[in-house]
Amino acid sequence: MADKKRIDDVTGVETTGHVWDDDLEELNKPLPKWWLYVLYASIIWAIGYWVLYPAWPGINGYTEGYLGYSQRAAVMEQVAAGKAAQAKYRESIAKAELAEIKSDPDLLNFALAGGKAAFGDNCAPCHGRGAEGFKGYPNLNDDDWIWGGDLAAIEQTIRHGIRSPDADTRVSDMPKFGQDQLLDAAQIGDVAEHVLSLGGNSTDPDAAARGAALFAENCAACHGETGSGMLELGAPNLTDAIWLYGGEKADVVESIKTGRGGVMPPWHTRLDDVTIKQLAVYVHALGGGK
Amino acid sequence: MAANENREELSAFSDALAVLGAGLGAVLGLYLTVYSNDPVMKFHGALLGGTSILGALYVLSSLTGKPGEPRDFYHDGPIKFAAIAAVFWGIAGFIVGDIIAWQMAFPWLNFDLPWTSFGRLRPLHTSAVIFAFGGNALLATSFYVVQRTTKARLFGRWSPWFVVVGYNLFIVIAGTGYILGVTQSKEYAEPEWYADLWLTVVWVAYLVVFAGTLMKRKEPHIYVANWFYLAFILTIAMLHIVNNLTLPVSFTGTKSYILFSGVQDAMTQWWYGHNAVGFFLTAGFLGMMYYFIPKRAERPVYSYRLSIVHFWSLIFLYIWAGPHHLHYTALPDWAQTLGATFSIMLWMPSWGGMINGLMTLSGAWDKLRTDPVIRMLVVSVAFYGMSTFEGPLMSLKAVNSLSHYTDWTIGHVHSGALGWVGMVSFGALYCLFPWLWKRRGLYSMRLVEWHFWLSTIGILFYITAMWVSGILQGLMWRAYDELGFLKYSFVETVDAMHIPYIIRAGGGLLFIIGALIMAYNLWRTARGDEPVDAENQPLVAAAPALREKLAAAE
Repeated sequence: MADKKRIDDVTGVETTGHVWDDDLEELNKPLPKWWLYVLYASIIWAIGYWVLYPAWPGINGYTEGYLGYSQRAAVMEQVAAGKAAQAKYRESIAKAELAEIKSDPDLLNFALAGGKAAFGDNCAPCHGRGAEGFKGYPNLNDDDWIWGGDLAAIEQTIRHGIRSPDADTRVSDMPKFGQDQLLDAAQIGDVAEHVLSLGGNSTDPDAAARGAALFAENCAACHGETGSGMLELGAPNLTDAIWLYGGEKADVVESIKTGRGGVMPPWHTRLDDVTIKQLAVYVHALGGGK
Repeated sequence: MAANENREELSAFSDALAVLGAGLGAVLGLYLTVYSNDPVMKFHGALLGGTSILGALYVLSSLTGKPGEPRDFYHDGPIKFAAIAAVFWGIAGFIVGDIIAWQMAFPWLNFDLPWTSFGRLRPLHTSAVIFAFGGNALLATSFYVVQRTTKARLFGRWSPWFVVVGYNLFIVIAGTGYILGVTQSKEYAEPEWYADLWLTVVWVAYLVVFAGTLMKRKEPHIYVANWFYLAFILTIAMLHIVNNLTLPVSFTGTKSYILFSGVQDAMTQWWYGHNAVGFFLTAGFLGMMYYFIPKRAERPVYSYRLSIVHFWSLIFLYIWAGPHHLHYTALPDWAQTLGATFSIMLWMPSWGGMINGLMTLSGAWDKLRTDPVIRMLVVSVAFYGMSTFEGPLMSLKAVNSLSHYTDWTIGHVHSGALGWVGMVSFGALYCLFPWLWKRRGLYSMRLVEWHFWLSTIGILFYITAMWVSGILQGLMWRAYDELGFLKYSFVETVDAMHIPYIIRAGGGLLFIIGALIMAYNLWRTARGDEPVDAENQPLVAAAPALREKLAAAE
């Protein structure tokens, strides 16, 4: 094949003489100098890295490198340093009563910071980032507690959960008045109306009046005659217009029908004692602690 | 006369083989449809059986055609098929991608249905854009380029058709499988064992067609684009087979178990995953770049020597870089070191392609202003240069400790995927359609302008949003307060991503609109509508056979 080398008019550079598909050619240019030098530099850099760090495998191991670096050792060191920095506080918290933590400014400061971090990763998915709660998941900022809002009660709830598989869990089983046909639909409507009237939100005084007797018979044992609730039994206060499952009539009817029965997991199986104590102090300090 | 007879015999033999092969496919497919207990396997068996029967009928019907009908010297039918498939799958893949981008911003868009959940749509998106869009673009351009640069017709009579149809059948089996919950849970290698086997058969046929054409070549030298295409085909075959070594639970069921476990599995997976980037998305598309840029710019390739040195250094170095996906994991330190250092050494070999692409325009820079197709090709090379600089940077352990697992990685991938792979393919398709359908030019250059700007702006929105959210995310994850507690909970970091996620999804939407405009433009071109702005189109936009006549007319 004839050599088709020619000088390219635009660049003044010779072509290689290969031609494909009628007009595809290549210029016979040398490698760009800067390109070659940066390539060499990157190779030298890599060799330097291999000398310093673990790099080449052999049959019985690998070149360990001049610096003796090991990722695992480095992580262990960092974890140990982190633990050492917190050890003083963690030991004190492990020994202290919750009230003592509360009264010691340094410990309190540490517990609040640790509680906030633990809350964000463990509690926030249900209770919300700001502990504001969602339907079915209580708001922890207010002082309306279902199972008690003092430090010990909060710790107990966190440790063992609510209606959880834990042996020491707190349990209350509100009857499923509708599902188990303890009350009929009309009666449930009347009771709901009465419950709404406790917080001044009833729109049907007649129904509320009819519901009062049913309430006394079926609900007062746990929620109290006035509906103000009972912490020992985990029976919510019905007079304060704060609702775990919503305050519309339909929501209240649903609660009476099904008994609800939300579940919180026990945390002592996942979090250590110190973290649980920190969480208890943190939740207590959110605004509603008693 | 003897040669002619010989040729007729050969083609009769090919026809018989094709019908036999399709018959086998039909029997296997129908067997699975009837005897499998797995509903997805039944469905996929029916797909294989149905396609095989249609294929057999098509081959048989072609036998009744008039003998001696003149045929084109080049075999362009399968190329047209793959080019159309690339446009179709591209748009499908972009749309699914944008849907999951909106799902990240507004999770209720998962609709609480298994088929529309992020977990199933995400592999659908990645496979659709990489393997369906990118793969068909590579099939179309490699078959086009190898014929033109060897001056030989594609090797095989029915095999090129088998490659493109078989490949797209693989795509359909893989994609429908994802939606129905069939996956082997390896990133970018999600299809189960039977789809992998099918792809292996198709891929070997692809290698035979491509290498066979090279062997028939009537040019003394092999053009640089073909080196890259061949490296892509060979390496993908090796990666695909090793990473998918798996034991099916039953030969009539979809489920299988990978042979490797633990860190060995992770290393094999990322040896595969990284080199899918290296040999599919880099080497393959560099092959495309090496033909379409010099061809469209009508300029010689900048440096032959650079193309040789950067080809071999790229091929040699890329294959080592996989471990940089596993920094700070159970992978041994030495493997991490090798991954990082080889990634750094890979920087210049990657940039060799960028230099050759960009500098080929020396003496023709004015074409950037007048020809939006050239502009698209050149901007793709610029994005290529940017992401092949960013990649080595991110493979350094110090940078990686910030960037890994964050949206920065997603942004990096998309500057390569949308900017490089997407734009270079669009440029190639804009060249190919008039050339394949023998048109004077594209239906409208103005629409190419629109496509260019919409996608460029869309990509910029995408990448900048991901840089912001990725770096923010990385910094939030590693922020400690003075007492040694994490400053932010995970949900807080998710919340901080909301606005960047909306911007990213908006950028993706612009990219889709651009692609839809392209589809319209290409459809009008293929249909044969007179170009609305022929006077603005360079001669090279026209099909090669028309150019001489057009030049004479001018």
